[in-house]
Amino acid sequence: MGERDSQRKTHVLKGIGVSPGVATGKALILDYSIANVPCYQLGSEAETLVEISRFEKALKESRRQLAVLRKKLSDREGPKPLFIMDVHMMMLKDKTLINNTVNVIKERMINAEWALMLTIDKYREIFEKIDDEYLRERFSDVEYVGQRILRNLVGREHIRLADIEEASIIISKDLSPADTVQMKVENILGFATDMGGKTSHTAIVARSIGIPAVVGLERVTREVRPGDIVVVDGLDGFVIVNPDPELIRRYEEKKRHFEILEEGLLREARLPAVTRDNRKVDISANIEFVEEIPSAVAHGAEGVGLYRTEFIYINREQLPTEDEHFVNYRSVIEGQGIKWSTIRTFDLGGDKFISDPKLAKEMNPVMGLRAIRFCLQEIELFKVQLRAILRASAYGKTRVLFPMISSLEEIIETKKIFGEVKEDLIRRGVPVGEDIELGIMIEVPSAVIIADSLAREVDFFSIGTNDLTQYTLAIDRVNERVTYLYEPLHPAVLKLIKMIVDAGHRAGIRVSMCGEMAGEPTYTLVLLGFELDELSMNPLAIPRVKKIIRNATFEESQALLNKVMTFSTAREIEAYVRDYMTGRFPEDFRQED
Amino acid sequence: MTTSLRIFTITNELGIHARSAALIVDVASRFRSEILIEKDGREVNAKSILGILTLGAPKGSKITVRAEGPDAQEAVDSLGHLIENKFGES
Repeated sequence: MGERDSQRKTHVLKGIGVSPGVATGKALILDYSIANVPCYQLGSEAETLVEISRFEKALKESRRQLAVLRKKLSDREGPKPLFIMDVHMMMLKDKTLINNTVNVIKERMINAEWALMLTIDKYREIFEKIDDEYLRERFSDVEYVGQRILRNLVGREHIRLADIEEASIIISKDLSPADTVQMKVENILGFATDMGGKTSHTAIVARSIGIPAVVGLERVTREVRPGDIVVVDGLDGFVIVNPDPELIRRYEEKKRHFEILEEGLLREARLPAVTRDNRKVDISANIEFVEEIPSAVAHGAEGVGLYRTEFIYINREQLPTEDEHFVNYRSVIEGQGIKWSTIRTFDLGGDKFISDPKLAKEMNPVMGLRAIRFCLQEIELFKVQLRAILRASAYGKTRVLFPMISSLEEIIETKKIFGEVKEDLIRRGVPVGEDIELGIMIEVPSAVIIADSLAREVDFFSIGTNDLTQYTLAIDRVNERVTYLYEPLHPAVLKLIKMIVDAGHRAGIRVSMCGEMAGEPTYTLVLLGFELDELSMNPLAIPRVKKIIRNATFEESQALLNKVMTFSTAREIEAYVRDYMTGRFPEDFRQED
Repeated sequence: MTTSLRIFTITNELGIHARSAALIVDVASRFRSEILIEKDGREVNAKSILGILTLGAPKGSKITVRAEGPDAQEAVDSLGHLIENKFGES
């Protein structure tokens, strides 16, 4: 009985936990690593002919599979990653790839799998010499195509997540929309992948269906063999291969603990965030992808407080069309359980689009030509996005949020353009929402100082604490040598937040916060004390923040804030707030250690 | 049989990436001539997407397009048109 335990060694891999939870189960490997592919010398000419015909058959089968997948994806609604599939198809038909492999089979008298791997390796060497990082990474497409042919050669049927019969942990290099289309959710326990980050497709899918995932493990496809028992710890980013019984027990416990906590939080997550003395705060989600909405609603989001639209522009090779924008915005605005949607217009530098090399590289991009500044120069580009938002606004409550406003002229100019686009649509009989609200991000210190006059121009403010902190404290957040100075509870930042809320409320408009600070439970009471109308955050943070609000009183939050405002250093404030919160909510802050 | 040859500078923001490489293959495959693209001493077949991608030609790089065959001139002109129009990108 102990045979397997002694044969298979326990080992631990560290990656990035991108979807919380713990799962233990049998490994199912989607990508086979090179180590698992047979390599052998051939004995005769006749055998080389057999290998060549096997290779050609595998190519044909690969093309057929890709065509089927492409068809399936194009039948679905929404934005489609079809273009890259066309490139993959072109590679499957590439004469140099085919001829090189066939020549290697003939000349070296080796089997087709081996010959194909040698050919792909040659390409790897060439790609590795490319200076441009983006172009160098196109090798991942070559590798993807190579994997597909290899799978068909080895004769292993291409496993699709749609056909999995037994509940399994999915091990893969990376997951693409082609892999996850029509997957059988109930049989997927967790994901562990070699590549990826917090916003990769794997991470988004895992979070949206609520299963644990660890990505960026680099070598999980090489370390795990089919049928191995694997633990995926999405909380701390670990994958344990062949855990011993003691480890399995410990992780079962961790899993139970997490589920009880989650269940408790989720059970109450849909209740409104109302303090014991009856002050209500609107709670909404910061999202980047339409797919995140169901999970955000389950975690208690009442609306979308920040929909970042940058993803529509980046990770692609052509500018998005108005319809592509529209499909995304409409899906958010119509989202099930979403009462309002705040769509933030383009918030990146223009270097992605402008071909003028003088503009392409900026010394200090965070203070450069970006966000609203860029949009006001590239008005036609901006209008495409505004038209799409306006068209989508006919489908539900819409708020439009303009980033990086630093002067009154900017918002006046922006409103003028918005008005023109709107009138033009109305004239053409295109329906638009009747109660669209316009708001601005308050993230530049100058905007705080003139907040009174800005408030007269808009329907709401949204405080972007990340940029506000970095601009106020003059800290480049990507410069590691100064990150120690980055303190969201710096008294200067807190005073600015107070000025913003006061100016907004004097003018009778809503003030929300959508920076990272809004989702940090330690700061929840302080923010409540500021009288913010809405807190928008990472969806997973919502249950804990709501729980604190529901168990607190508005009165105590104001007392806490008043006390905190008497300190003159960030360190004192941070220490006082932490102490207060752990003393006041011991159950919720015990988990921190 | 004619030979036609021209040098181009890549001016689109992303350089010859997957999409632009696919467009080159599409155009090149319409001609009977043999078409080669050279950059920094490496020469690849313009009808092979893998070949073109391995050039690793970012914005600002210089490539030579050389065609040999009955429709060499038209082939180079068509590819030139594509490259100079930044592959339809901004």
